[in-house]
Amino acid sequence: MAYSELIKNFEKVRAYMREFYVYGFKSRTEYDKKSARSYDDERRRIESWLGDYMRFTHTPEGKRVFLSVDSRTTRKNPFYKAWKAKSFTDGDITLHFAIFDILHTPAIRKTLTELTEEIDRCIGSRMTFDESTIRKKLKEYAEEGMILMEKKGRKVLYGRSPDTDLSGLEDVVDFFSEAAPCGVIGSFLQDREPKHDELFSFKHHYITQAMDSDVMATLFAAMQEKRYITARNLGRHASEARTVCLVPLKIYISAQNGRQNLIAFHEKANCLSAYRLDYMSDIRIGEACERFDALREAFGRVEGHMWGVNCRWNMRYVEHVEFVLRIGDGEDYIVRRLEREKRCGRVEKIDENHYRYTADVFDTTEMLPWIRTFISRLTQLNFSNRTAENRLKADIREMYRMYEIDEDDGHDIQ
Amino acid sequence: MIFSELYSAYYNTVAKIMEAAFDPDVTEKDLVRCVMEGAFSESVLTILPALKSGKWPLLKEDLSPALQHKPTMPLTTLEKRWLKAIAGDPRVKLFGAALPALDDVRPLFTKEDYKIYDQYADGDPYEDETYIRHFRQILSAIKNNRPVEITVMGRQGKETGACFYPKGLEYSMKDDKIRILATGCKYRRFNLGRVVRCEYYDGPGPWRERPLMERRRDLTLRITDERNALERAMLHFAHFEKQAERLEDDTCILRLKYYENDETEMVIRVLSFGPFVKVLEPQSFVRLIKERLISQKSCKLK
Repeated sequence: MAYSELIKNFEKVRAYMREFYVYGFKSRTEYDKKSARSYDDERRRIESWLGDYMRFTHTPEGKRVFLSVDSRTTRKNPFYKAWKAKSFTDGDITLHFAIFDILHTPAIRKTLTELTEEIDRCIGSRMTFDESTIRKKLKEYAEEGMILMEKKGRKVLYGRSPDTDLSGLEDVVDFFSEAAPCGVIGSFLQDREPKHDELFSFKHHYITQAMDSDVMATLFAAMQEKRYITARNLGRHASEARTVCLVPLKIYISAQNGRQNLIAFHEKANCLSAYRLDYMSDIRIGEACERFDALREAFGRVEGHMWGVNCRWNMRYVEHVEFVLRIGDGEDYIVRRLEREKRCGRVEKIDENHYRYTADVFDTTEMLPWIRTFISRLTQLNFSNRTAENRLKADIREMYRMYEIDEDDGHDIQ
Repeated sequence: MIFSELYSAYYNTVAKIMEAAFDPDVTEKDLVRCVMEGAFSESVLTILPALKSGKWPLLKEDLSPALQHKPTMPLTTLEKRWLKAIAGDPRVKLFGAALPALDDVRPLFTKEDYKIYDQYADGDPYEDETYIRHFRQILSAIKNNRPVEITVMGRQGKETGACFYPKGLEYSMKDDKIRILATGCKYRRFNLGRVVRCEYYDGPGPWRERPLMERRRDLTLRITDERNALERAMLHFAHFEKQAERLEDDTCILRLKYYENDETEMVIRVLSFGPFVKVLEPQSFVRLIKERLISQKSCKLK
């Protein structure tokens, strides 16, 4: 098939964009061993959409392509462009504009025959459509909410949905397109607005989450309808994706590590689990789940012991985490830092220069990266999960070794 | 659900071309500009040729529209559902804009459906009336290119004043704070949440002062792929301008640029990866990590 910058299926390009943006160190031969042409096409497409951010390096293994974006300086997530590259047929685009031209105000109602005749009068000399094609398109648009179908006796009348006034919402849409879940939908609304200055920029902005917008929107839709879902899921240690049937309960979004997880109930295994959205695909909304409210309520009861995304039904598995920090005179900002970052934990002052942090969480190892940020002031650790405690101590020792800190004195960590 | 031609750059661009085509003085150059502005870099090879050739019979040969009206399209249910979800976000009150009622529409999501679990707890008070008033004042000043005079409460409880031209607003999801971007004074940013008074400033300039250039610094890290550190680190640092290189020993060199003002934050972000991320350059940054480790050593960790 001839190359086109438009695509039918998003999944393949989703994987490529993630590789180019998050990693960007693979050479051409590593991407798609079966088809080098496929790689070339995807690379060319992404360059067509995101050329300003595409970079190349040459290494002995070959040319490497990567995307480099300082998301603090871009006011619009550039990855949204990929969502605007869906392919279509010549008939699709022609019919689209013809239908809304005839139904140009909500007051106009037409039968299928009337619409077919008018479309034919409009463009019939160059392209013709039969009634069944037009009916199919109208049904599709009715499902999207753009066309209203009204039965009058034996006739079905088609009209356009009432227009929605978006005037005065430019700033709202600009802000939430980047700051709210499924912001790409806001970006679709931005495309409808007149040109204007964009006043917002965004720091700590994980734009790669845009690639999982469809997964997220489908999960939200399932939760709103309290339904099961099935999905293809690539587990962390699995080489192939598996189909899972789940009750989606909540999406956990990280503002610090770029990950988004679905917390869901796996009925067959009778457990709560976290599923990375970037590893999920082909989400299908299934039957209604009668236990949805009860499951969510039960999840709410254990949620208070989650540091990150790992959770369980049974509180017996909660681990105790306790550590003491040395905080010098005039270092109140560290206490404030503890308070704003403590999540489910508690902070207490022991004496003028020491503070204790305690928490009871399902998974101590999830806390280790955060605790490591206090390296320089950790004076005491007391974890019920001794393996995690020893791991943290070993990590610190390894860092002393890496940075050649006073190797002769090996007795600082007891 | 989201991936549909209805939202595509091509449909939008064709709509803009058709709208432009209603102007009898429009030239082909104008239509090409619509493509350049609205679609992708190779779209010029497709869109206008398809319209001109009649493959998409929406323009006549003389480039006048084949249809009767300027193209419009109602919102889709998905767009309405997202708007309805936004209407439930406390931050929407900042804007004082009337969102469409959308009574018969179910929101795409509500606050029960998601949680930003690692956001800082001392976020801005988005529903506080004074905060909202200051936000709107700043927004209005930006749009009307007018200077403002503000009083800010410092961290030590001391008030300071500043006059400047606000040029934009920066939001951080991690901090859950909005910062005012300024010019015409020596400071580049002000935390909106710390503003205690904000008025238009009608006094004289001279506005010669400019914030110091925000310098970016290079940082080179070596990532060892243990405990999934490579993926964690690459995602964690994804939002910087960066370049990665994989070495033969299963380690990866990551070169990124960070803002000088964020150096302390960068130090603790690097520390969070423990021994799996080592700072290679610059030496000044290596020293910062070493200082922390030396200080840690003096803690006699038990």
